[in-house]
Amino acid sequence: MKRILTAGLLIAALATTACTNPDRFGADGLGAGATAGAGANGAIVPGSANDPTSTAFFQQSVGDRVLFAVDQSNLTTEGRATLNAQAQWLLTNSDYQAVIEGHADEQGTREYNLALGARRANAAQEHLISKGVPASRLRVVSYGKERPIEICSNEACYAKNRRAVTVLAGGLTS
Amino acid sequence: MKQMFLSICAGLTLFLTGPLAAQEPLRIIIDEAIIEPLPVAVPTFQAESAEASQLANELARVVAADLTGTGLFREIPSSAFISTVNDFNAPVQYADWKAINAQALVTGAVNVQGNNVNVKFRLHDVFSGAELGNGLQFSGTTEGWRRMAHKVADAVYARITGEGPYFDSRVVYVSETGPKDDRKKRLAIMDYDGANVQYLTDSNAIVLAPRFSPSGDRVLYTSYESGFPRIYVLDIGSVQRRVLESAEGTMSFAPRFSPSGQTVVYSLTQGGNTDIHSMDINSGQSVRLTNTPAIETAPSYSPDGTRIVFESDRSGTQQLYVMPATGGEAQRISFGEGRYGTPVWSPRGDLVAFTKQNKGRFHIGVMRLDGSQERLLTASFLDEGPTWAPNGRVIMFSRETQGAGGSSTLYSVDISGRNLRPVSTPSGGSDPSWSPLQK
Repeated sequence: MKRILTAGLLIAALATTACTNPDRFGADGLGAGATAGAGANGAIVPGSANDPTSTAFFQQSVGDRVLFAVDQSNLTTEGRATLNAQAQWLLTNSDYQAVIEGHADEQGTREYNLALGARRANAAQEHLISKGVPASRLRVVSYGKERPIEICSNEACYAKNRRAVTVLAGGLTS
Repeated sequence: MKQMFLSICAGLTLFLTGPLAAQEPLRIIIDEAIIEPLPVAVPTFQAESAEASQLANELARVVAADLTGTGLFREIPSSAFISTVNDFNAPVQYADWKAINAQALVTGAVNVQGNNVNVKFRLHDVFSGAELGNGLQFSGTTEGWRRMAHKVADAVYARITGEGPYFDSRVVYVSETGPKDDRKKRLAIMDYDGANVQYLTDSNAIVLAPRFSPSGDRVLYTSYESGFPRIYVLDIGSVQRRVLESAEGTMSFAPRFSPSGQTVVYSLTQGGNTDIHSMDINSGQSVRLTNTPAIETAPSYSPDGTRIVFESDRSGTQQLYVMPATGGEAQRISFGEGRYGTPVWSPRGDLVAFTKQNKGRFHIGVMRLDGSQERLLTASFLDEGPTWAPNGRVIMFSRETQGAGGSSTLYSVDISGRNLRPVSTPSGGSDPSWSPLQK
């Protein structure tokens, strides 16, 4: 029963963020949390980017995404390092579940890019599992080319769109 | 919604026709390399009741738009007419139409009684001085008047080209609004020419790639409404939908009906690997048709239902393959330069349409089922997702423009590569699926 409930919450959380804040991975979205981290007397504000158990901390300090080469789904050295840090964080903060979202750039047909995004999300998931994160806390989804964060049509944007993003749900408040 | 389903009956032959002329018949051979559009005159139809006067003009306009929209006909403006047609049953003054070089003449009459419309037409071969085929009449309701115009144009097109008709058909597509990083998508349905747009879903969840059932009454599509891509089947009349169940932790997408309408072929992704499966739509029983670590997607049945064309990157890049509908060994059919995806079997069975990526450009193309006679019909920054007109002569697809302000528009093109033209929709459009000819 508990498991079903959590899964439900996870989907609800996903749906909400996807609808209300499409820009949530963007650089602009990070500013607010980063500056509002410390309270007036220097105490850590729970949930802020200075709170090492917060989603904001995970996104900014651990790094919530890994990038891929054109038409590839194998992890780069940098990507592995980011996922190692994600795994460590998830093991410490065991209240969180995560959905790994795989994405592709716009160069490609819709169906193929959905499958390619799934390969990328799966590569990230497998790495997290290999570092000890229980598979039961992870899910994957692919958006193919449907959710770019950068909208220009050249490699500078494409490089940022070819990504797998670990999106947290759950945590202290759940 | 209900009102979209009008009874339109092709009436019996009503009028006497002259003997077929002995000379060269009025005919367009579409396969000829260069086609000089055939001059056609479509004078305003005769209004046989007071209520019919507005429709009399509009019907003629839609008939003319259907014909000229093919690129095969050129309309002679009414300002050039010498004769006026004042009586549908009176003899036609062929000399007057010959003098303005009208090779074909379409005359018609319309009668409106309350909510009922009756449309009659005749097709004249001006240079033979005789009718081509029999006069026909169609009846329906006032809301469905455009369908009657499409039926008249279909009869004219079919008689002159010898090809099957396609104007009385619909297209389901994804309506798109908003910028690339916040695009809203919803399913929409319209007449083939962009008229009568209606929306079938809201834009709360991403929807992709709707596909008509063989009888045109249902649509398969992919939606993220559960948070994960799942296939839904939607009844167009009632707008009721249901999900086709798939296991937790999987994604399913790229569905298409079998010609019988009983089976759905689709892609299922599990553990990062995408294979092709088929499912009995009523029992939900599914069968795995491919089993490789490659990406296998975009399956499409042959018109006889015995084979499936699909794309796979098992060779290292996206290429097209054909396998038996029950799975088993697949034959690669694409061997040209670049990558090939989204294959769609033509309704005539002779060709497959596809999207090709080569040297940074996208093309819509066609080839024979053995991979021969590849022909690229378009080229742009991003063309994809072809769908066939019911007669297998025309293809619709979506074209996305480049850059931050890029948007998607539906286009159609003849399989000869001629007559590339945008399809007018109220907002952006992608992933069109052409219905069968309406009954």
